[in-house]
Amino acid sequence: MSSLAVSDEHATPMAAKIIQPAWVRVAHWVNAVAMILMIMSGWQIYNASPLFNFSFSGSITLGSWLGGALLWHFAAMWLLMVNGLVYLTLGLVTGRFRRKLLPISPGGVIADARAALTFKLAHDDLSTYNYVQKLLYAGIIIVGIVIVLSGLSIWKPVQLQWLTAVFGGYDIARYVHFTCMALIVAFLVIHVALAVLVPKSLRAMIIGR
Amino acid sequence: MGRMRSLLIPSVDRKLLVKDAVKAMPDLTRRRFISGGASLGALTLLTGCDVVDSSSAEEVLKRVSKFNDAVQAWMFNPDALAPTFPESAVTKPFPFNAYYDLDDAPEVDGKDWKLEVRGLVENNKPWTLEELYRLPQVKQVTRHICVEGWSAIGSWTGTPLRDFLKIVGADTRAKYVWFQCADKDGYNSPLDMRTALHPQTQMTFKFDDKILTRPYGFPMKIRVPTKLGFKNPKYVISMEVTNDYKGGYWEDQGYNSFSGS
Repeated sequence: MSSLAVSDEHATPMAAKIIQPAWVRVAHWVNAVAMILMIMSGWQIYNASPLFNFSFSGSITLGSWLGGALLWHFAAMWLLMVNGLVYLTLGLVTGRFRRKLLPISPGGVIADARAALTFKLAHDDLSTYNYVQKLLYAGIIIVGIVIVLSGLSIWKPVQLQWLTAVFGGYDIARYVHFTCMALIVAFLVIHVALAVLVPKSLRAMIIGR
Repeated sequence: MGRMRSLLIPSVDRKLLVKDAVKAMPDLTRRRFISGGASLGALTLLTGCDVVDSSSAEEVLKRVSKFNDAVQAWMFNPDALAPTFPESAVTKPFPFNAYYDLDDAPEVDGKDWKLEVRGLVENNKPWTLEELYRLPQVKQVTRHICVEGWSAIGSWTGTPLRDFLKIVGADTRAKYVWFQCADKDGYNSPLDMRTALHPQTQMTFKFDDKILTRPYGFPMKIRVPTKLGFKNPKYVISMEVTNDYKGGYWEDQGYNSFSGS
């Protein structure tokens, strides 16, 4: 009997148990590190010439002064961009984005948001995203692309002036860059809070199952 | 540092003044910039569990910055012109910005001043302001972008640097043109030769059609619209054509040396 049970378990394909494949997990955590470095050094850079009537406390910024923050920002950008490109390429090529994130329907998002807010949302199958997840994950990928492009347009407003023009010029590109940062931080707060509420989702992002 | 005083010219932004005071902190204070992030650097940039001291994290960041110099030199298109604007777009008043108060800005006597020309040139005779004013001049209305993030549109008139380099018989295969300035504590900055030869790189004598005033760098500024503001030296007293990297005031403190726009 026991041998039968064992062979049954083996009959289940290994792949079916893996919720997050290794490349997703690696890209996720590399991105987490890169994003935190970019955001904290970005806040220090912002402080040199604030767009709004506030500055970020030095206790949460990276680099100590503008020059140090710029060194961090322009080093971590490589980590962010290279990792991001690998992630986007694999997401498209493997069909993961299409499978996991599409389709997104307004009705589905509303129904799932209502279920989530009343704590009625099921988490039995972590391999399938609900509509709120689909919307947030697809949305944050787009925000990630826009923050990199707006960053490039601020960095190279002459060499990449066509890109800067797409954002409506240098000054507006700075606001776009800042807004994307704010959206990512907002996402991060919700994302971390929900991962803590559903710990097995965090486990899946670490060991895959 | 009791020199934080009220506005010197109406255009001076109070916030910018405070920032400039912060920038004027002693070197040692500023050079500790990595210490705050050392543990983070140990966790991230360098793999493994080694405890990394701040100097090696700083070393890694400096190496990446050198790599970024090379990437930017590769991206630099010598024919790509910085966008130009109508004169109505000029920011008024145009901000004064330096690591000191306007009160401490160099006061250069135009009659005594001579531009020193040194290094790999055929003719190293110094130039008086009168002689320089006789060279053909062109005007540009371009965006000045500060390393701090703010920008302002200005109108600068002067002689293209590449024309002057030709006149003095500069070896344009050299790597840099290095500028020295009359600022207190000495300001200097290296400019890579390809940027020096860019058609919009200019020896500037006028701002907004008027002879440069003291805040804007009298008697001569180097306007480089393809570089961040700190690579646009004011109060220039000498230029040297050289193959040596001689460093710069801000570059030595950690600002990326190429800093191209």
